[in-house]
Amino acid sequence: MHRLVVKDVARHYGRRKALSQITFSCDAGDIVGLLGPNGAGKSTLLNILATLLTPSRGSVQYGDQQAVDGAVVRGLIGMLGHDLFLYPELTARENLTFFAHLYGLPNAARVVDAALARAGLTERGDDLVSGFSRGMRQRVALERALLHDPRLILLDEPFTGLDQTSTAALVDRLKERQRAGCLIVMATHDLDVADGLLTRAIYLKNGRMVASDTDPSGLADRYRQAIT
Amino acid sequence: MIGSFLRVAWHVMRKDLTVEVRSREVLFTTLFFAVSVVLVFSFAIVREGRAPDDVAAGILWVAISFAGTLAMGRTFERERYNDTLRALILAPADRPAIYMGKLLGLLLLMLLVEAVLLPLVALLFSAPILAFPVHLTLLLTAGTFGFCAVGTLFAAMLVRVRSRDTLLPVLLYPITIPVMIAGVRGTAALFQAAPDEPMARFWIGLLVFWDAVFVTLALWTFEPVMTE
Repeated sequence: MHRLVVKDVARHYGRRKALSQITFSCDAGDIVGLLGPNGAGKSTLLNILATLLTPSRGSVQYGDQQAVDGAVVRGLIGMLGHDLFLYPELTARENLTFFAHLYGLPNAARVVDAALARAGLTERGDDLVSGFSRGMRQRVALERALLHDPRLILLDEPFTGLDQTSTAALVDRLKERQRAGCLIVMATHDLDVADGLLTRAIYLKNGRMVASDTDPSGLADRYRQAIT
Repeated sequence: MIGSFLRVAWHVMRKDLTVEVRSREVLFTTLFFAVSVVLVFSFAIVREGRAPDDVAAGILWVAISFAGTLAMGRTFERERYNDTLRALILAPADRPAIYMGKLLGLLLLMLLVEAVLLPLVALLFSAPILAFPVHLTLLLTAGTFGFCAVGTLFAAMLVRVRSRDTLLPVLLYPITIPVMIAGVRGTAALFQAAPDEPMARFWIGLLVFWDAVFVTLALWTFEPVMTE
């Protein structure tokens, strides 16, 4: 997938408009930030991009595929939610192995070993996830989302609750995926970390896209101008 | 196609059972509740060590349906805690296979509960459970399968609804009335003083028919139900 095109997307819950008139496009290698206050529609937009929500109007084009193409499109997407999508009663290895099987990956054991090594958790792979710190869980969850080498990576508040070391490790991993030609879309409030990382910022307010730019620095100032 | 369906269903079922073996939360709660129901009936009905004729089948199925409702709600509640349901439906796997895996996990759990419940009912209500063991096993398996087939679909539908605990039995019991009638009548035919084997076989056949209807409808509707 080399291009994501979001065209006039709207999502209504009854009479309440969660999103309206969202239009943008981005290319492989972009890191796109969805920025805005709480309730701006960032998570709703991420869920639409993930095919978990159907837009009330408009369309999303994933390269030459559309959301209706189902499993084919879902195979292109890796998502890390605010909740980490992990089973605390299972070990890190069991969690990753389960999802590797679900994604139909051949040689799941080798893929999982590599994922645990990337997360720096080879030694703790057989420990229950419930005993992990937030940073360790986040690393497992990220590797879970990237197991099947998705082309579109969606992240919802990925830096929340992480210390500086974990944040730096996550940024490095995202840059590595960017170099590999993945398209990354993240909703975040953490402007300090996002500054310099994003190649495109999309500012949302009350469900509407109020601005968009490709300036890689000075994010906090531009956010203030766009949102206030 | 069928291989992939069965593979996903198997891994979802195995994951659910592994989680349950670690937590034992649903099994113990369901078992305690089912045993309590049977004991309460025995206190109310059994006089001088003798139970009225033909009550054992009804009491057994009341305990199964109440305990089953409890188990259904809990198995999907678990997927909600860490938002793992979103990870499941985001996977590029057949969504109906996920339903089938959840259904089979629930069925095995309920059959375990019934393995404890059956001797208890035999002891307290003098039910001849060993007179036709194969017929009884088929009746219980087919009845529980039909009940769980509808319940698994409704539990998945209601997982994001606030009043799901109230709504699940309200929706489930009217629809599963055919299964309950067939289960109770078939079991009563085997438990009566002169067991009526042909009648039991008729009810088993009817249960298999209802199972086929319910599972077909559930597999057909699971995908749209899980997409908001």
